[in-house]
Amino acid sequence: MRLLLPAPMVVPLLFAAFAVLAHRSRNAQRALAVAGVSVALAAAIAILVVVNRDGPQAVTIGGWPAIIGITLVADLFSALMLVISLVTVLAVLVFAVGQRHSDQQMAFHPAYLVLTAGVSLAFVTGDLFNLFVSFEVLLAASYVLITLGGARDQVRHGMTYVVINMIASALFLTAIAFVYAAVGTVNMADLAEKLGTLPDEFRTALALLFVVVFGIKAAVFPVFSWLPDSYPTARAPVVAVFAGLLTKVGVYCLVRSQTLLFPGAVPGWLLLTLAGLTMIVGVLGAIAQNDMKRILSFHIVSQIGYMIIGLGLFTVSGLAGTVFFIVHQIPVKTSLFLVSGLVEESAGSTALDRIGGLLRRAPVAAALFGLAALSLAGIPPFSGFVGKLSLVEAGFGAGEYTIVAVSLVGSILTLFSMAKIWNGAFWGTAERPTPAIAGTTVKLRTPMLMTAATAGLVAVTLAIALFAGPIYDLSHRAAEGLIDPSAYVQAVLSS
Amino acid sequence: MTVFTAALVAILYGAGVYMILQRTLTKVVLGLALLSHGANLLLLIVGGSAGLAPIIGHFTGDDTVADPIPQALVLTAIVISFGMTVFLLALAYRSWQLTRDDSVEDDAEDRRIARQLAHRRSEGRR
Repeated sequence: MRLLLPAPMVVPLLFAAFAVLAHRSRNAQRALAVAGVSVALAAAIAILVVVNRDGPQAVTIGGWPAIIGITLVADLFSALMLVISLVTVLAVLVFAVGQRHSDQQMAFHPAYLVLTAGVSLAFVTGDLFNLFVSFEVLLAASYVLITLGGARDQVRHGMTYVVINMIASALFLTAIAFVYAAVGTVNMADLAEKLGTLPDEFRTALALLFVVVFGIKAAVFPVFSWLPDSYPTARAPVVAVFAGLLTKVGVYCLVRSQTLLFPGAVPGWLLLTLAGLTMIVGVLGAIAQNDMKRILSFHIVSQIGYMIIGLGLFTVSGLAGTVFFIVHQIPVKTSLFLVSGLVEESAGSTALDRIGGLLRRAPVAAALFGLAALSLAGIPPFSGFVGKLSLVEAGFGAGEYTIVAVSLVGSILTLFSMAKIWNGAFWGTAERPTPAIAGTTVKLRTPMLMTAATAGLVAVTLAIALFAGPIYDLSHRAAEGLIDPSAYVQAVLSS
Repeated sequence: MTVFTAALVAILYGAGVYMILQRTLTKVVLGLALLSHGANLLLLIVGGSAGLAPIIGHFTGDDTVADPIPQALVLTAIVISFGMTVFLLALAYRSWQLTRDDSVEDDAEDRRIARQLAHRRSEGRR
């Protein structure tokens, strides 16, 4: 464990350094990036196996005892997140390599590896300040990736992204300062024991501050509008990995902070209201859009709402639904953005009135989109159906009928806007065609590797649906660990 | 002393937020710098009162010793906010290079909706 647990974070960082040194050769950088992410993924799978067998594992860094030093800790929830994230990161990396022109800048591969390291660290850290650092690591890399190329649109929209995240970081630091002032520690297991002794009002105030901080990162209503503004201008692989991972890191931290640090401090009705509004406002925003990437960006927001439901219910089955939903959502969302990358590559645009009839000319992309979109909308037997079913069941179990109704309405609207993309991009003809569309009837060609990477990720979502039983069992046990974190705390304090 | 620093933190937060709400990019950058200074200073003062350097052998049992953890945290936070501010300045410079303008642009969708509304209003008048 001593070597295994830091590996998903240390290996990509190390390979990022090598990739900077190898900046003259793009092929060397590609090999280094793929190798780094693959090793991290192998380590993550090993961690999942060990945690599944022996319970939560903790390691202290630099030999300092827990509480004074930084602790890395993995329970089932972190291990699941780690594995599915790194699978997605690898698929997007292969896509970017296949696309050729998206990794032409020498900064792409190093920044991508640093982003991977930051995401991994956020999932395994057991220290609140270290969590802040991991956020800064992944944000710094994401700032570089979103503005890579420095075109006018990218700089303008990247600016929004950077500014909003810097404000969230300042608030995060403020929250950490208040926590330290109140109990004098930043170790999360130690905090779990000590924060309970605070007066209730003060605990709720601190918990709400964390909800705001992680709510901004996760794009929860009403602090979501930065996301559809800044994501669509980035390049396809970049926006795919952001869409899949970054908001989910926010949701992970929201769940972790509200279950481990402040259980029951924020009233459930408040979280459920936020969840319902996030779902509905997100999906309504999507319906009003006319560009594939913008529609999908609003759907990121909408789907975040479903993840918050389980947290608002605060039951084992609710949180199990949340965990399963995040695991399903990461590859599905990413593969939808990868398909939009395929469409952009072959048809030259993602504006729905400029493309059309791609079903005949890019049938593979159409098939991949269809599978991922049905999964997103929650049509049986796809993985989204299992995720939504478990959340709906948990909602009925807790007697929260309103949120169940709202989530079902959200699903129907999701299906509607997926149908809009299907009609606009794959059926019919283009109203104002791009040069790639106009006057051709031949099949549009995209590099094999891009299609293969997208197909691989869609296959992962299908595998989640196929193995829904075992994965739901894992999610259920992860949720039990979230509701009763004594094993987590024990693992840290005895390490 | 703590009251004074606490007031200073409040002023930094207030001024920072005010500057972030401006439309000029440079002011936004300065506002973010002030805000992160405020957060760093807050992190420093939660460590409690000042005291001797916490080096073993440097103090006896009844001396007051400064809490080293917030200092370690704030050092990290200062480096991070410094790096981010520099990046943001570079981005603001790039934006000025491209547009020769220092103001934050409107969202493309917002402008489209505003145009449609104006169009509809002028239609209605006719």
